[in-house]
Amino acid sequence: MAAVNDFFRQEIRVINLGLEAFALELERLGVPVIQVAWSPPAGGDPRKAALLAALADEAEEEE
Amino acid sequence: MSGGTIRTLIKKSAYQDSVTLLALARQLRSSHGSLEAAALMGTPANKELLAQSRLLTPEAETAGTNDLIIVIRADSIAAAEAAVLQAEVFFTSKQKRLQTAGRLLPRSLDSALRHFPDANLVVISVPGPFAASQARKALSLGLHVMLFSSNVATQDEVSLKRLAAKKGLLLMGPDCGTAILNGVPLGFANAVPRGRVGFVAASGTGLQQVTCLLAARGEGVSQAIGVGGRDMTENVGGLMTLQALDALGDDPATECIIVIGKPPAPVVREQVGARLRAIGKPGVMALLGRGVKVRREAEVATVATLEDAAEAAIAALQGVAWKPRPFSPPLEGIRQRVRALRRTLAPQQRAIRGLYAGGTLAHEAILILEPLLGPVATNLMPGSVGQHSVLDLGADEFTVGRAHPMLDSTLRVEAIRQAGREPDVAVLFLDVVLGHAAAPDPAGDITPAIQAARAEARARGRDLTVVASVIGAPGDPQGLQAQVARLEAAGAWVLPSNAQAVRAAACIAGGEPVLRSLLGPEEA
Repeated sequence: MAAVNDFFRQEIRVINLGLEAFALELERLGVPVIQVAWSPPAGGDPRKAALLAALADEAEEEE
Repeated sequence: MSGGTIRTLIKKSAYQDSVTLLALARQLRSSHGSLEAAALMGTPANKELLAQSRLLTPEAETAGTNDLIIVIRADSIAAAEAAVLQAEVFFTSKQKRLQTAGRLLPRSLDSALRHFPDANLVVISVPGPFAASQARKALSLGLHVMLFSSNVATQDEVSLKRLAAKKGLLLMGPDCGTAILNGVPLGFANAVPRGRVGFVAASGTGLQQVTCLLAARGEGVSQAIGVGGRDMTENVGGLMTLQALDALGDDPATECIIVIGKPPAPVVREQVGARLRAIGKPGVMALLGRGVKVRREAEVATVATLEDAAEAAIAALQGVAWKPRPFSPPLEGIRQRVRALRRTLAPQQRAIRGLYAGGTLAHEAILILEPLLGPVATNLMPGSVGQHSVLDLGADEFTVGRAHPMLDSTLRVEAIRQAGREPDVAVLFLDVVLGHAAAPDPAGDITPAIQAARAEARARGRDLTVVASVIGAPGDPQGLQAQVARLEAAGAWVLPSNAQAVRAAACIAGGEPVLRSLLGPEEA
C-alpha cells in the first residue's frame, strides 16, 4: 500500500475528464485541476471508439 | 406553438456535458422575460424532447448529434435576445475559468498530463461506454482514478481493479459518486472537516449521510475512499475494499474505520471483517441489509443504519458504550408531534410514500419500514408490492437521458404533486442531498411542489404530512440551515437523519403501536 499511503501525503492534483462542474468546483476550492476537452469519439459509437483508441494513441505520440 | 418569441442558437460541434447544459438551462429560465429554455445536444432523442415541449424549431431540426441546440421562448424579442446573449456569456466565462493560464484545453489524457506532469488523480465522468478505456489509460500512466461514470461492465471493473492493485493505485468506482481524499471533496462530497475517521464506501449518499452526521458531532474525515457499488459482490470480490482497508490501516491519521455498503457476498464479508479486525483500529461495518444484527466482535461493531455507523464510531473514539436509539431526544417531543400530525389525517389516509434522490437512503428506508409497517413496494426490488412505497428516483430506469435527481428535480416534482392527489397517502417523506456538485438549491426546487401537493390535499378535505431529512454540512454551498428553513417554511418536519425521518413517517402512518414499538411504553 506504499503508493496509496504516499498519495495520502501529497497535494491532490486533478485531471478532470467529463463533467465540467467537477473541475469548476475544484477550481473554486483552490485545488489544482485541469479539464480535458472530451467529446464522444467516433460520432458517439462506443464500439467504433474502442477500435479507434489504439490509433489515437499513436497519433498522440506524433503530436 | 405556444405564445411568445422563439430564438434558436446552434453551436456546431460544441459538445457539452449534461450537467453543464442543465446549469445553463436553469440560468436561462430564470432570466428576465424568459418563458421556457432548453439546452441540449442534437441527438434524435433530445430532438424528440424538444418536439414534446413544442420547442423543435426548423433550425433545431437541422442540428447534428454533435451540435449544441439552445432554444429560448420569451415574452418579447428583447428578452429572447438577452437570453441568447446570456448563453454566450455563460460559455465564455466558463471557458475562461477552465483554461489554466489562457491555454487551450488538452483533448486527451496524455496531453493533459504533458501540461500538468505532477497530476496524481484522474476524475472520469464521461458516459459509461467510453469510461473504462480512459480509466485503463489513466492507471497505465500511474494515476489514481475516481470513476464516477456508471454503466461500466463488471468484467472491465475487475480488470481495472486488478491493474490498480498491481500498480498500488486507487480505482474508485465505477459509479463512485463521492470521495474525500486529503481533505479534497470529490464528486458530491460535502464540506466536512478533516479528522480521524477513515471510510471505505460502496455507496455515495451513504457516505454523505455518515460524514455529515459525524461533522454535526464535531468529528471529521481522514480519507473517504469510494469503491463503487459492486465492489463487495462475489464477481468483484472486494478487490478495492481490501486494498483501501490496508491503506487506512497504515494511515496514522485514521483512528477509526467505517465500511459502508449493501450486504456483501458471504465470502467477501468474511474477508472484510477479518481484515478490519486484523488492523486493530476501532471499526464499524454498516453493510445495510435485512436482518443485520447489531453486535460487536473485537474492535469491530456491526450496525444496521447509517446514523448508527456515525454514533458507533463516535462512541468507539470516546471509549464509551453505545446502543442504537430511534430518535434524538427529547422523545416526548416526537410523541407529541406524531400525535398532533395524526389528528390532521382523514380515516382513509394510511399509506406512506418515500421519494428519494439517494439510492442508499431509499434502501435504508425500506429496511427500517418493513418491520414497522409490513411490505413496501419499491423499484429497488422488482416484483415487490405493498400499500406503502419507496422510489429511488436515481435508479437507472429514471436517469436515461436525464441528470440524476440530485441535480435535476423534474421527476421528483411530478411525483410529489401526484402524491397530493392520492387519497390514501398520509405521509410523503424524502431526502434533500447537499454537497459540492449537487444542485444549487435542492430544497427550493421541490418546496413549490410540496406546497402545491398539500394545497391539493386540503382542497379535497384532508392534509398531507411531509417529513424530510437534509444530508448536508454547514459549510456546503447550498447552506444547510437555509435548506432546512425552506423545507420547514413549506410545512415539512425535518429530522436530523434519514433513519429518523423514516421512523417518524412510520409513526405518523402506523400510530400508537409503531410509537410504542420504537419508543417503548409511555411513562405515567
